[in-house]
Amino acid sequence: MIRLDHVSKLYARGARPALDDISVEIERGDFVFLVGASGSGKSTCLKLILREERPTSGDVHVAGRHLNKLSSWRVPLLRREIGAVFQDFRLLPNKTVYDNVAFALQVIGKKRHYIQSMVPETLELVGLAGKEKRFPHELSGGEQQRVAIARAVVNHPPILLCDEPTGNLDPGTSIGIMRLLDRINRTGTTVLMATHDDEIVDQMRKRVIELKGGQLVRDQDRGVYEVEQS
Amino acid sequence: MRLRFIMGEVFSGLRRNGTMALSVVLVTFVSLTFVGAAALTQIQVNDLKDDWYNKVEVSIFLCPDNSPDIKCVGGVATPAQEAAIKAVLTDGAAGPFVQTVTYESREEMIANLHARDMSNQFSSLTVDQGQASFRVKLKDPTKFETVADVVRGMDGVQTVKDQREIFKGLFSILNAATLVAAGLAAIMLLAAVLLITTTIRLSALSRRRETTIMRMVGASRGLIQLPFMLEGAVAATLGALMAGAGLWLSVRYLVEDWLKQSVTFVNYIGASDVLTVAPWLLVIAVGLAVVASVATLGRYTRA
Repeated sequence: MIRLDHVSKLYARGARPALDDISVEIERGDFVFLVGASGSGKSTCLKLILREERPTSGDVHVAGRHLNKLSSWRVPLLRREIGAVFQDFRLLPNKTVYDNVAFALQVIGKKRHYIQSMVPETLELVGLAGKEKRFPHELSGGEQQRVAIARAVVNHPPILLCDEPTGNLDPGTSIGIMRLLDRINRTGTTVLMATHDDEIVDQMRKRVIELKGGQLVRDQDRGVYEVEQS
Repeated sequence: MRLRFIMGEVFSGLRRNGTMALSVVLVTFVSLTFVGAAALTQIQVNDLKDDWYNKVEVSIFLCPDNSPDIKCVGGVATPAQEAAIKAVLTDGAAGPFVQTVTYESREEMIANLHARDMSNQFSSLTVDQGQASFRVKLKDPTKFETVADVVRGMDGVQTVKDQREIFKGLFSILNAATLVAAGLAAIMLLAAVLLITTTIRLSALSRRRETTIMRMVGASRGLIQLPFMLEGAVAATLGALMAGAGLWLSVRYLVEDWLKQSVTFVNYIGASDVLTVAPWLLVIAVGLAVVASVATLGRYTRA
């Protein structure tokens, strides 16, 4: 589903590379944690997959597309196959919960009756049934993140990228969000989640990819956040 | 769905950026009014040229009695000289350019003068003081020099006058007015482009949250950028419509109702001429908006 082949990324000539010869493959239906300190290259990795950035060298394949050769007018089509969730939720404050989720379908030209059936269904999935008419500022952080997740998955993308989705949430709320992501993963969606949250990683026991200074230092099935130094 | 979405975005953008949108409307209004005024002035000049040049004649004045002019030392032009001149004009070297030739003798000239002389200022003039002339109408008024060169050196000819000379002053004033209007228009158009650019940029920045989400969920670049382009285009179009209306009103009431009544010997442009200019103003307005959008949007809503 996602394959990086000897990928390096230099933001400025001569600077230390943000990613240094990374090769990684994520299969359809995987749940993968991407861990590492700030500046280790997690965000760059996600940006390459979303094609917000292009690799300096190496190849990136996502959802059957070779991103190095993807023309810029096809990038929107790629993004329709990737749902994205961020630490800061990125909701539109002047739109209701329903409209925030519907917005994602409106701007890719879905028909109204399709939107009217998909949005309530997705809100139900994320546990926000009955809160359609609330505005984001009337919701708790966890609920806002559920809206963001609903928006990311309402179009049924095969891939869900999460950039520190629990970074702004307390531990109890985070667990709820993780249960939701796990449920989405079980429907066949590939989930790649960049995180700092060691408790969550240790609890979930999923595949863990660790980056350090732009290099891949660990790729472990059923892994934990930090391996004991020996 | 998409159309409704785009139009909704356009109008919410215009509402949110109300003062900027208004300034775009006003600047395009003023600049296009100047453009239109320049165009209408040129239409007027061309109308006048067509109209007047068809009426003007070349006058060949023949030698009068007792003229101090060195060309007329032989005294009044003789019938033989007159016949020679007429022959050149009708069948000779000047023939191909000449449409009609009318001869006005000294007697006729004085008689005509007396007939038109209501206040009897010229009643004391006698035939001796008259001057005979040929009135020549050219097939092409611009060929004046060719004809004048042929006739000027002939015996009995005092001067050759082109009546177009009379209008030269007026036309140079009108042309200068066109230049001034066009110059102001150019400056105002530049201001309009800069203002539209700024407006679109502000609008794009103030809606960055929306555009970021739109990019994220895979909206096409066209859909992301179109509302901003249309925003500029709608404002500029409003300005163009106002300019068209303003020009129409001024032609209708200033030219048709006032100038036409007070200065009657001229054929003026009418409100219908504004209708030929106005579509071009619209084209210019939309063109400006498109240029400004293309210059701005690439940077602020990148894919």
